[in-house]
Amino acid sequence: MSNDQLHPVQTPGAETGTDRRLLLLSDKDNVLVACRQIEAQESVTIEGQAVLMSTTLLLGHKVARRGIEPGEKIMKYGAPIGSATQQITAGEPVHVHNMKSDYTRTHTIDKSAVRVAR
Amino acid sequence: MSTSNELTGFLRSDGRKGIRNIVAVAYLVECAHHVAREIVTDFRGREVHLIGFPGCFPNDYAQNMMERLCTHPNVGAVLLLSLGCESFNKYSLSRCIEDSGRPVKTLTIQANGGTLSTIREGSDWVSQQLDVLAKAERVPMGIDELIIGTICGGSDGTSGLTGNPAAGRAFDQLVQAGAACIFEETGELIGCEEIMAERAVTPELGDELRAAVAKAASYYATLGYGSFAPGNADGGLSSIEEKSMGAYAKSGSSRIAGIIKPGDIPPRGGLYLMDVVPDGEVRFGFPNISDNAEIVELIASGCHATFFVTGRGSVSGSAISPVIKICANPDTYRKLAEDMDVNAGSILEGEATLEAVAADIMRVLAATVRGEQTASEKLGHREFILTYKSFEPIGPACLPSVVSAW
Repeated sequence: MSNDQLHPVQTPGAETGTDRRLLLLSDKDNVLVACRQIEAQESVTIEGQAVLMSTTLLLGHKVARRGIEPGEKIMKYGAPIGSATQQITAGEPVHVHNMKSDYTRTHTIDKSAVRVAR
Repeated sequence: MSTSNELTGFLRSDGRKGIRNIVAVAYLVECAHHVAREIVTDFRGREVHLIGFPGCFPNDYAQNMMERLCTHPNVGAVLLLSLGCESFNKYSLSRCIEDSGRPVKTLTIQANGGTLSTIREGSDWVSQQLDVLAKAERVPMGIDELIIGTICGGSDGTSGLTGNPAAGRAFDQLVQAGAACIFEETGELIGCEEIMAERAVTPELGDELRAAVAKAASYYATLGYGSFAPGNADGGLSSIEEKSMGAYAKSGSSRIAGIIKPGDIPPRGGLYLMDVVPDGEVRFGFPNISDNAEIVELIASGCHATFFVTGRGSVSGSAISPVIKICANPDTYRKLAEDMDVNAGSILEGEATLEAVAADIMRVLAATVRGEQTASEKLGHREFILTYKSFEPIGPACLPSVVSAW
C-alpha cells in the first residue's frame, strides 16, 4: 500500500454530509480528525446526522464517525490504531479515555499536582 | 563555473562530500565535558561543535558512533578531550580520524596541567584549524551523493496529516534522483509492520522489517512504556499505533532497499530503515532517550541533513548536520515561526497542498546543501546526545542490493 492511499487528506464535506472541519482519512475509518478546533456545544453534521459536541475538540483530535462497540478496533488511515474500551457514540471524542493501544500502554502525565491559580 | 542552483560540498579523502566544514570538539568522558564546552564557547557563532560520550566504561557502539561522527563528511577537523583515566579508546579514535586525512589532536587533561591550560591549548588549536578550513573550496555535488534522514518529534494529530506525508513526498523525489534516504525509530513503526514489509525489495527483507518492529515492540513492552510522550496525547494521539501510522508516512512510497543499524552507511541510493533498537536482552535503558539521540544516529550513518517534522513544536537542531524543521501544525507554526523552516500546517488551512510543501522542503534542502543556515543553525542549536547501546551486525537479508552485487 502506498502513502497516497494512506494519506489522501480528502476534501471533507459535501458528498458525505460531514462538517468540513472533520477529515475522513480512509473509507475504512470509524473516526474523523479535526482540521480546525471545534467548540463545545457546537452542532456539527456527521454523515448527515446533527451531533452536539460535548467538549471542545482540539486540532488533530478525533471523533467517532459512527457508534463503536467496546473492544472494536479504532480505524484511522485505514489501519487499526487500538481498541475501544467502552461504548462510543457517533460524534463523541475518541481518545485515551475510551480507547487503548493493542501494543504498549500509553503514558500520560499525572497532572493532579498542578496548582490552580486562585 | 558553478551556477547558483548547483549543489556544492567539501570533498573528503573517502570520496564523500560534506555540506559543512566543522571543527568537532569531542569529550571522551563526562569529566572532560566542561573543558571541551569552554573551548567551544570561545567560538560562539562559528562552525565549532561540541560532541562527546559521557560514560567512563567501554561500549563498542559508542566507540563506533564516535568514529563515524568524527569522520562524517561535514567534519573538517577534530579535537579530542580526554581526562586520562577513562576507558574510551582515544588511540584508535585518533588513528581512525588521522587515516581519514583530517587534522586531529588529543589533549589529555591529567597530562596537560589541568583545566585552564587545556582550554588555552585547545582554543589555539581550534583557531588554527578554522583558518585552514576557511580556505577550503566547495566543489559541485550531485543529489545522488546526498544522504538525508528523517525523524519526527513532538508529534501530534496533525503530524500524520501534513508534515510527515509531505516529508515522505520529498523522500520520494530524493530517492528517485538517486539519493539515500533513511527513516527510523522502529518503536514508532509498531502497527505498520505488514504494510511496510510489502514495500521491501525482497520477501526476505520484508521478514527482516517485520522482525525489527517485533524486536522494538518486545523491547518497549519490557520497559513498560512505548515511544510515546504525554505531549503526543495532548496533541490528539491516543496510542503508539496511531503515532506510528503518522510517523510511517515520512518514509514516502518508494520501495524499501534495506535495513541498516546506527553507524552503517547506506551502500547506495534508495530508501533505508534504520533499526535503532538494541539487540539482545534489554540493557542500558531506553533505546533513544530523546529526539537528538536519533538524529545523532542518523548523522553517524552519514546523513548530511535531517528532516524533522514536529506538531507540538520542537526547537532542536543538532551538532554536525543541519536539521530542517517542518512544522505540521498551523497554530504551532504561528507560535514558533522563528524555529521553523517549512510550514506544512498551511495544508490544513487550505493554503497549500502536500506537493507544494514537498517542493518547499526540497527548496530549503538545496539552499541548506549550498551553505545557507537553517532556522536551528541560525539560532545556535547544536544539541548532541550519545548513550550506551549494543548491536549485532545486520544480517545478509538486510541489504539485498549489496548481496546481489557480490
